Amino acid sequence: MSEILVYSYIDETAFELVSAGKAFAKELGATVSATLLGEGAAAKAGDYFAYGADKVYVSEHPALTDFYVGTYAEALKQVAESGDVEFLLIGSSKRGKELAGRVAQKLNAGAVTDANAVRVKDGNLEVDRYAFGGNTVASQVVTTPKKVISVMSKTFELGPREEKQGEVVNLDLDLEDPPVKVVERRDKAGDEVNLEEAEMLICVGRGVQAKEDLAMIEELAKLLGAEIGCTRTPASDWQWFSEERMVGLSGKKCKPSLYISIGISGQIQHTVGVVDSKIIVAVNKDENAPIFNITDYGIVGDYAVVVPKLNEKLKSMR
Amino acid sequence: MDIIVCMKQIPDLQQIRIKERKPVLENVPLVWGDLDKNAMEEAAKVKEKLGEAKITVVAKGSDKLQQGILEPLAMGADEAVLLTDPAFAGSDSLGTARLLAKAIEKIGAYDLVMLGEGSTDNYSGVVASALAERLGLSEMTYVRELEVEGGKVRAVRNMDESFEVMEADLPALVTVAQEINEPRLPKFMAIRKAGSKPRHEWGPGDLGLSADEVGENANSVEVLSNLAPEQDRKNVILQGNLDEQVSGLVDALTKEGVVGR
Repeated sequence: MSEILVYSYIDETAFELVSAGKAFAKELGATVSATLLGEGAAAKAGDYFAYGADKVYVSEHPALTDFYVGTYAEALKQVAESGDVEFLLIGSSKRGKELAGRVAQKLNAGAVTDANAVRVKDGNLEVDRYAFGGNTVASQVVTTPKKVISVMSKTFELGPREEKQGEVVNLDLDLEDPPVKVVERRDKAGDEVNLEEAEMLICVGRGVQAKEDLAMIEELAKLLGAEIGCTRTPASDWQWFSEERMVGLSGKKCKPSLYISIGISGQIQHTVGVVDSKIIVAVNKDENAPIFNITDYGIVGDYAVVVPKLNEKLKSMR
Repeated sequence: MDIIVCMKQIPDLQQIRIKERKPVLENVPLVWGDLDKNAMEEAAKVKEKLGEAKITVVAKGSDKLQQGILEPLAMGADEAVLLTDPAFAGSDSLGTARLLAKAIEKIGAYDLVMLGEGSTDNYSGVVASALAERLGLSEMTYVRELEVEGGKVRAVRNMDESFEVMEADLPALVTVAQEINEPRLPKFMAIRKAGSKPRHEWGPGDLGLSADEVGENANSVEVLSNLAPEQDRKNVILQGNLDEQVSGLVDALTKEGVVGR
């Protein structure tokens, strides 16, 4: 019986993949298992069973204490080769992506990363991912006997927890000490915001020229109960925002009920992060800005007059 | 010290148009990905700091590379290997890693292999890791600060949850993040001089690969379709004076149930 093996450095994503894997397994006549690696791995097994794993492989081998891609890839390879693993589903964080390429090479398997949809097709898993910088969505299948797929977080909803027990396999891995050592970890600027969970989202783009104009946008955010995100320029170049607030291909992927873009032209690198919003609103003074192609409601105008007016209107409704 | 920089030509993403949901690539110029240029720039900086190093750029692309390759050569590469054979076209990530590994093994000397953290078009991030595995190299991805000294490499990596400082002995493979540097614009004289730097064009035979080991024939991923996503939006532009526009917007959002709940 073929096996779907889940691994994610971030447990939350692994739970989503186990939940989804359970449904795929039913269709494919397969089983779902998960690999837990590193310090404290064994204690998490119960959670993985609760989300539907049939079997959990565990190793707290000292070489796995710090995440080094080569060592983790070797561990996953040894698990994948010991069982009947056909599909390796990996959480597509930065660590997950580097891991996908390295373990795929070890297994002589094809790999697809950053999947944002996965479905069963003809006994295989068909995967969607963005291509051409987000201009298109490519549907792909891996054709090698073993298949490596890294899936973005929030692609699948977390399934319900169940009372379930499964088999714990304590791995006896043959691993060497990592040749790359972690000497320090520095916290990122303490911005704890989680835009991916935001119900209401306002994003600021290059069209917002003056930093003091953020005050009116913050007021709007407060009135709507919205979080504020941005395109690349205000975060990377102007440093107005932490990277945690960058939305798009190389940033967060958000699915709010309401998304308002302010001074954003609508380049695909940003809009891929918001196309799943329920309602899209744009304020931009250029009526030809591509953002208006994907909006539900647009105002062609200067945000510096539109936003204060909008704030006034919202306040009058309270 | 031998540095290899791997680069790939991509279509200019800003100029891709969509027609009947299909990307139109005709007449779209080929450019270097931004991240590839960051890798090239960082290699040039390492060389400047060390004083002595040889940078070889290994570039994959079309026959238009003959022109395009002048840019990395003018930025500081000493030599170029071009993988332009039509048989290489359509390679997937693992196929590309195989080509690069064969080319780098043929070059022979490599202390530091550098790439962008992903290609700027597909951003799959697979090639570097697969290449590191093939060459048996230590790997550090998403690097935003790099120091190479005394046979060691120290890197600050921009990871999801923290900045991670890592150290390894050479040889190693490094992928760079966009914030690591600002790629230089080569001066006219540098571009003129670039034309006389050595260039080699290697086909499958030069890499010891047969026709079914390269290009689409060797792919492990099949693309079933590649279309622009369908957009189903209302596309209402609010009309009237400012008051009317804003009232219209708030009314619409209230009706949609996203405001005033």
